[in-house]
Amino acid sequence: MTHPIRFGFGAIAISSCLTLRSRPKGGVSKGEAATRAWGALTAVLLLLASPAAAELRIDITSGNVEPMPIAVTDFWGAVAPDIEVGREVARVVAADLERSGLFSPIDSRAFIQTPESLQAAPRFGDWRVINAQALIGGKAERQADGRLKVEFRLWDVYAGQQMAGLAYFTTPDNWRRVAHIVADAIYKRLTGEEGYFDSRIVYIAESGPKDKRVKRLAIMDQDGENHRYLTDGRNLVLTPRFSPSTQEITYLSYYGKRPRVYLFNIDTGQQEVLGDFPGMTFAPRFSPDGNRVIMSMAHNGNSDIYSMDLRTRKQTRLTNDPSIDTSPSYSPDGKMVAFNSDRGGSQQLYVMNANGSGVTRVSFGKGRYGTPVWSPRGDLIAFTRMADGQFYIGVMRPDGSGERLLTEGYLVEGPTWAPNGRVLSFFRQASGGGATRVYTIDLTGYNEREVITPLDASDPAWSPLIP
Amino acid sequence: MRFISAPISATLFAVGLLLAACSSDPEVAATADTGGTTTTAATTETGQVTPGSSEDFVINVGDRVFFGYDQYDLTPEAQAQLEKQAAWMQQFPAVTLSVEGHCDERGTREYNLALGERRANAVTNYLVALGVDPNRLQTISYGKERPEMLGSDESAWAQNRRAVSVVN
Repeated sequence: MTHPIRFGFGAIAISSCLTLRSRPKGGVSKGEAATRAWGALTAVLLLLASPAAAELRIDITSGNVEPMPIAVTDFWGAVAPDIEVGREVARVVAADLERSGLFSPIDSRAFIQTPESLQAAPRFGDWRVINAQALIGGKAERQADGRLKVEFRLWDVYAGQQMAGLAYFTTPDNWRRVAHIVADAIYKRLTGEEGYFDSRIVYIAESGPKDKRVKRLAIMDQDGENHRYLTDGRNLVLTPRFSPSTQEITYLSYYGKRPRVYLFNIDTGQQEVLGDFPGMTFAPRFSPDGNRVIMSMAHNGNSDIYSMDLRTRKQTRLTNDPSIDTSPSYSPDGKMVAFNSDRGGSQQLYVMNANGSGVTRVSFGKGRYGTPVWSPRGDLIAFTRMADGQFYIGVMRPDGSGERLLTEGYLVEGPTWAPNGRVLSFFRQASGGGATRVYTIDLTGYNEREVITPLDASDPAWSPLIP
Repeated sequence: MRFISAPISATLFAVGLLLAACSSDPEVAATADTGGTTTTAATTETGQVTPGSSEDFVINVGDRVFFGYDQYDLTPEAQAQLEKQAAWMQQFPAVTLSVEGHCDERGTREYNLALGERRANAVTNYLVALGVDPNRLQTISYGKERPEMLGSDESAWAQNRRAVSVVN
């Protein structure tokens, strides 16, 4: 176990009016849990010099933007372990921001002002000289009670103003997560969009020859760190998906040569089969409230969609058609379901009400469409499209309009949304049994990046922001 | 594959030698086409096949049928192959089969799981129609998870769009 999934964490916000604020919305309950465990864990908003006049902001809707040059200084520490942590936190913050494609961290060897002198005040001239648009500084400090305090400040270099400042208290081994939270705060302040760095990806790690492939559940931070395997590879496993709490995964396992949908509890490692169906269950996903799992059940050559209440374990049949009905995905308000069906003669995308009524076909382009996944913002559905011997990842509005293809290849499949609905992950398999790897790509179709994994990787599923 | 040349031209004799040669290296042994199927053979130490065994089924009957792209209907060749399987099942009434449905990699994973299930069921339904007790048949779909051929061309994909009957 390299990374405790649940841990005490909190942040205190110091503003000019000393308002206590909790970071992401879900952080309130986390804060309460943390308080129970730790007494006082909070985040503090650091004093703003004055309200910013002309906002430093990136418009991220236009696509191929020139990355904003930013200076991320080492977070300053007074003593050896704090110096080390401060340097690592800054490195993770800079890497997150760089990978988004929106920011270009400047080589620290160009920096004139030292992190220590930055603790007093920025000399903005020193940063204008190297063309830094934004400046990030911070401090790491071990507290007397053993907790780690990490604070950061974000400055608009040309306006000469502080844009954000927060301090976080946590356990020292959680420094990496604090770094992601800092990066999210900076991303949000500079783009106006929610961040997505404090999140994880669960996926299928693949090894061995293609005809005897060993597949294991694996989990990692969105940047590939804190990687670990959740299953040992004895049973074929496929298509893992996070619960909204990020504490559970639903997936397909061939345990006992019976392909069925399972729940995996990340905290306990416990696995349980979901439901008692006469046939194969597959293609599971949680409902947005986490109370249901929607999935396909195949019996006597026919696949239909079912929804299961996780408390009562009552199963509700949503489709009843002799076609293949699979890959269901709820809309974020839980009122609609997108799914995949060949009821019209070929594999296409459909949308229906959550009770199974009002089935409407939404894909009409050339070729076949699969794996619809509703954006967490509700505005788009991502999909896999197959046409002219190629595979594509694309998005369309839930009514089928505005289709855009983001990337293509011999085999690209299985899009999953980052929690802010701005970035997607998917997997790409080379032809001829070549490498299979997980990638991320911006919603604009730019900035495609491989997520480095120890083995081949497929079926990524991005978590919500960690509560 | 080694072939021990025989002075006499009796085809049957040559086939017997071929099987015997194969027995030392079952991994590379592939038997001839029977009704459109390609099978991997495993023989006993002596080259003799036990009637009613998995080897008997694979070598002398043929364990698989093939499908068109995104199809699950049985071709005339597939039907002929399944008639041989059904006859063999009648001959060995204690045998049970797992029918595995497979797809090529040119489809999405979940859709292919459903398609593989359809293919396996097309096979079991046909065998039942030919008089095989449904209690002797199970189905399992592997979608695109267990390709037979690793290539990325139509000939490999065609070999992978299959249903394989496995003697339990």
